[in-house]
Amino acid sequence: MSSDVPVQGPGVTTPVAVASPAPARLEVRDLEIRLTSDGSDVVSDVSFSVRSSEVLGVVGESGSGKTTLALALLGYARRGLRISSGEILLDGSNLLAMSAPELRELRGAKVSYVPQDPAAALNPTLKIGRQLTEVLTSHPDAVDGTAQRVAEVLQEVHLDAKPEMLRRYPHQLSGGQQQRFAIAMAFACRPSLIVLDEPTTGLDVSSQRHVLETIRNLCSAYGVAAVYVSHDLAVVGDLVSQVAVMYAGRVIELGETRQIFTCPVHPYTRGLLAAAPSPERAEVLIGIDGHPPRPGRRPTGCFFAPRCSFEVDRCRTETPMPQLVNGSLVRCHRATEIQYVERERVIVPALPPSDANSAVSLRGLSASYGYQRVLHAVDLDLEPERCVAVVGESGSGKTTLARCLVGLHTNWTGEMRFDGEPLVPGVKRRPKDVLRRVQYIFQNPYTSLNPRKTVGQILTQPLEHFFNLDSRACAQRAAKVLEDVSLGKDFLGRYPDQLSGGERQRVAIARALVVEPDVLVCDEVTSALDVSVQAVIVELLRKLQREQHLSLIFITHNLALVRSIAQTAIVLCEGKVVESGTVNQILENPTDPYTIRLIEDVPKLAILGAPPRSE
Amino acid sequence: MSAAVDSAAPPRLRRRQGFAALGTAARTPRGRVGLGITAFVALVAVIGPFVAPYSATSFANVPFGKPSGSSWLGTDTLGRDVLSRLLDGGWVLILMALAATMFGLVVGGTAGISAAYLRGRIDGLIMRTVDVILAFPSIVFALLLVSLVGPKLWLIVIAVGLTHAPQVARVLRSATLDISERDYVKSIELQGVRPAKVMWSEIVPNLISPLMVEAGLRLTFSIVIMSGLAYLGFGQAPPAPNWGYMINENRIGLQLNPWAVIVPALFIALLTIGVNTFTDSVARVAIGVEGRNVEVALIGATTPEAS
Repeated sequence: MSSDVPVQGPGVTTPVAVASPAPARLEVRDLEIRLTSDGSDVVSDVSFSVRSSEVLGVVGESGSGKTTLALALLGYARRGLRISSGEILLDGSNLLAMSAPELRELRGAKVSYVPQDPAAALNPTLKIGRQLTEVLTSHPDAVDGTAQRVAEVLQEVHLDAKPEMLRRYPHQLSGGQQQRFAIAMAFACRPSLIVLDEPTTGLDVSSQRHVLETIRNLCSAYGVAAVYVSHDLAVVGDLVSQVAVMYAGRVIELGETRQIFTCPVHPYTRGLLAAAPSPERAEVLIGIDGHPPRPGRRPTGCFFAPRCSFEVDRCRTETPMPQLVNGSLVRCHRATEIQYVERERVIVPALPPSDANSAVSLRGLSASYGYQRVLHAVDLDLEPERCVAVVGESGSGKTTLARCLVGLHTNWTGEMRFDGEPLVPGVKRRPKDVLRRVQYIFQNPYTSLNPRKTVGQILTQPLEHFFNLDSRACAQRAAKVLEDVSLGKDFLGRYPDQLSGGERQRVAIARALVVEPDVLVCDEVTSALDVSVQAVIVELLRKLQREQHLSLIFITHNLALVRSIAQTAIVLCEGKVVESGTVNQILENPTDPYTIRLIEDVPKLAILGAPPRSE
Repeated sequence: MSAAVDSAAPPRLRRRQGFAALGTAARTPRGRVGLGITAFVALVAVIGPFVAPYSATSFANVPFGKPSGSSWLGTDTLGRDVLSRLLDGGWVLILMALAATMFGLVVGGTAGISAAYLRGRIDGLIMRTVDVILAFPSIVFALLLVSLVGPKLWLIVIAVGLTHAPQVARVLRSATLDISERDYVKSIELQGVRPAKVMWSEIVPNLISPLMVEAGLRLTFSIVIMSGLAYLGFGQAPPAPNWGYMINENRIGLQLNPWAVIVPALFIALLTIGVNTFTDSVARVAIGVEGRNVEVALIGATTPEAS
């Protein structure tokens, strides 16, 4: 990719997986998983190996088959799926040839699993001590001395091993503690292989970093092989030694982490890296539009071809076989041709100056739930046609701030002004025009669209309410706004469950835009989406902000994202503003220890690349 | 940035919620059996009056005559043809049961949805009223109303419908409590839309699955209560035929012509079982136990959990 990387071609480097000195702990050969109903493949042709103390990162968008693969490593297939062929060798014995009792014996003892959501995986009615002991007693041969091991493993994951701790119920632990406890359960029997399915997705950056460090230390200390599934490349960057990038059920690039991060070859891997926001520079994010093809609807040839910018005729007809390029196994016909094509980086251009008065200003906003005060005297200024970011971890009160502003939360004191006029609490008391001019976009597009209404109905409803337009004018404006958010007219007749996450969020944005608002309040609008889609949505918002002269309040927990979209920011910690100013100033010279910690904890991609070019 | 939209339309998924659940349910084995039985009884009730060999009220033979070539199921307590009365005695019962079910769903649904959505005092008022009505066994409550005003058909419909309202209200209240917290409802509220409109256009369409299940369940109960009331003498005035009343008037001759009791009882049982079985399969489809196709399951699995 860049000139300081030594030129390597096929045959020059030794393959990562094949010629390794230590024997592989886990070896997967030609694994294939199919739907039981029509036999179409969900995961196909997957081979890799993991050695002791090594962590393999499996990365891909939602729907790429990574969780299916992770579960298969425990010899398990979800309802409706079956493992149709292949071998999974753990210390030499094939999991797929084992009987159900043998597998039961194996799971928890030799292979263990850490789920995505520990709150859902831990039994809420049992004390955590009991749950941990249960793992050990159900595998009596795994380790000697249950009580001793409990204390030991808790210490290993940096949890207090005091009896009071063990008497707690899962809900009495924080999210980070729950996840560390789930990891303790997984490590309790000293397994050979541990499968981690996005264990840090629900955690804020600081707990995320601690959990990742714990996993890394334990794997290297006890010689455990680990497979770490994640949708976020940045997260795996620091942790894993090898990365397998999955797309539509196939591993499209497999190689050493450094190799993949510094010179990715497959266009999809490049896309994922380009989509990740950088906290260092205000870059234009380049997303990958569209979504992975679903099982049974995958095209012939390369599955990525329809979304690929390097696509040629051959990609549509011939399935690419893995080839060794730059030390990585890559499934791309044009791998050798495109391996040195440089990634283009574009700096976000500055916004034209605007001399209008403050669009939204909050002075001394304090909000409470019952007697619990969650916001303390927050000041915020949003200038017209600008974007202010509200940054904070979960529980910092950032969503409450947004809800006060749009009128969903009424229990607050202080002063809120919009366009010079004071804003009253509650939707019912606000003039219709204010309700129209301040629009709110919800965090989760999977819950913010009525599943029983078509996109057309969703978009015309606010038009009828605010403008009293006839149905033809409504339909025209709905079609126009769909175009603004890069969706076609044919989306008008679809239902939300026929759309991908990114498409849903675009519809949600369109619903806010259709009434021609002045202020958009975006509440974590990308946190439910894949990184590649997040980039598309952020760029869309930035484009719309310019074209339609919008002011944005962009609420996020992701500091890196702030750089690309916002001009000013406030950092919230436990309901207080700990830092405010321009984005550059906050990210480059943070003064508050909390901000400094937040910035340090952001997982960074160690990408070597060309210096960015200005637009 | 590539802004091109994926031109291939995402696959049209089978929508299992709402009315489509009926279709899916009809294709499951359980649903097929239920629908078949219900359809058979309904067909008898609808076509019956036109094919009955005798008038339902004319005297065909001696009372409690054994089945013979001229009257296949024998005669009843007054010597009328049992088959003719059976064929003619179903449609009023079924129509009344349907009407009572509709009435109960509308009243109970309105109460339950409003209670859940409006909260506060209205919730308390509606739900305490519901508790009071629930305290009476439904047949006693219906009897109370009927004995106060007299056995009018419309009154029986209303009385039976009212006995359903509390249960319907409870079920729909809890379903609404969940739905009214969803973001799409909040987003409509943010526009300042009237509560009645929010309930009607945003919440009700999402309640169709529980509504379907309730409708089937309440229809079963309506049939049972209606037949029970007819048996007790509150229903159509004699000599009009009615399956429930037939059981009562003919039971004194059970040893002479048992068919006059067994066959109407069998039809009531078949109707109840048929509706119940079908409802059960609709409920199973709606909650995803049956008729779940893998594609939907997979999409579901790729949908991030609401956080």
